[in-house]
Amino acid sequence: MPPRLKIFVILIGLVIFIGIIELVRRRKLREESSFIWLMTGFAFVLLAIESDILVYVTQLLEIALPVNALFFLALIFIMLLCLYFSLRISALSTQVKNLAQKIALLEAGNDDPREGARSSSYVPGGGEAHGA
Amino acid sequence: MISETNILVLIPAFDEGERVGGVIRESRQYLPQAGILVVDDGSRDRTGAVSREAGACVLTHPFNMGVGTALQTGYKYALQHGYQYVIQLDADGQHPPSYLPAFVAKLKETEADLIIGSRFLTDRKGNSSYPRKMGNKLFAKLLSLLIRERLTDPTSGYRALKSTVLQFCVQDLYGFDYPDADFLLTIHRSGFRMEEIPIHVHPRVGGQSQHGGLRPIYYMIKMFLSIFIILLRKKTVHKKS
Repeated sequence: MPPRLKIFVILIGLVIFIGIIELVRRRKLREESSFIWLMTGFAFVLLAIESDILVYVTQLLEIALPVNALFFLALIFIMLLCLYFSLRISALSTQVKNLAQKIALLEAGNDDPREGARSSSYVPGGGEAHGA
Repeated sequence: MISETNILVLIPAFDEGERVGGVIRESRQYLPQAGILVVDDGSRDRTGAVSREAGACVLTHPFNMGVGTALQTGYKYALQHGYQYVIQLDADGQHPPSYLPAFVAKLKETEADLIIGSRFLTDRKGNSSYPRKMGNKLFAKLLSLLIRERLTDPTSGYRALKSTVLQFCVQDLYGFDYPDADFLLTIHRSGFRMEEIPIHVHPRVGGQSQHGGLRPIYYMIKMFLSIFIILLRKKTVHKKS
C-alpha cells in the first residue's frame, strides 16, 4: 500500500474511532451499539498497518485484486449490518405496538359498555404469550 | 348457552367518522345486551367522538398501526373484561349488522372456534371488483387445498371468535398486517376449527379502502410469502380446552 494511502486510511480509522467514543460520551449512541463501529475503525487501522492481511485474504479467496477483496468484504459486512438493524427494528416494532395497545387499554380503564361486567385474570401484555 | 352480555361486537376503525355511528346504532339494535367496542386506529377525523356519542366504548391508538393490530387490541380488551365471544365487523358500513344474530346462532350450534361470514356462499356474488374477486378466489383455493377443508372467503373481515381463539391471538406470535389467508392457515395449524356462514355485503360508500393504490400488489406478495413461511414452521396445537 502506498505510504500516502496508508496514512489516509489510518486517519479515517482514527476519526471513526474517536467519533464513536465522542458519541457514546455524549450519550447519543448506546455502548452496546458502539462496539461494532469501534471494531470497524480498528479494522481500518489494522488493514492500513498490516496490508499483508488483505493480500492473504485476496489469495485465499482467489480474487484478482486486493481492492476487489476489500470491496467484496465491505459489502458483505454492510449487508450483515443491515440485517442486524432490521432484526432490531422488528423487535422494537413489536415492543412499540404492545406499548401503544397497553396505553389504549389503560386509557379506557374499566370502561365497559355492558352492565355487570366481570374482570378476568388476563393482564394485557402480562407475558403469558412470550415464547409460545 | 350463550348470553348476549358475553359477546363483544368489535369494530376496528380508521377515519370512518361519517359511517361508524350508523354501524354502532344498528349493531345495538340487533344485539342490545352485547358490549360494543370501537378501536380507533389513530384516526384523523371524529371517529372516536362519533363512536362515543353512538354509545360504544372506544379504545384509541396513539397512531395508526393497521387493522390487524387494531383487532388484536380489541381481543386483549375482550379477555381483560371477561368476554367469551367477539364478533368483528368493519366500520365502513359494508358489513350489515343484521347478520349479528346469525353469528350468535352459529356460535350456539357449532363446535367451531372461528366463524367466517362468507360473501361467496350466497347467490349474490358480492360487490367486489373483478381483480379483488380473483385474488380472493385464488387465496380461497390455495387455503382450501392446504387445510383440506372448503373455505370460500378468507379475506372476509366479518368473523366471530370464541375465547379459545382470542387467547391465541393476544400472543406476540400474532403479527398479521391483514389477518386473512395466512391468519386462517395459522389458526387451522394451531388446532382450531373454522366454519363459514353466508352473508351479503353492502357496496362501500366513501371512505378510504385499506387496499387502495399499490397495496394490492404488496398484499399478494406478502400473503404468498407469509403462507410459505407458515408452512415451514412446525405445527403446534395451541387450543386449550
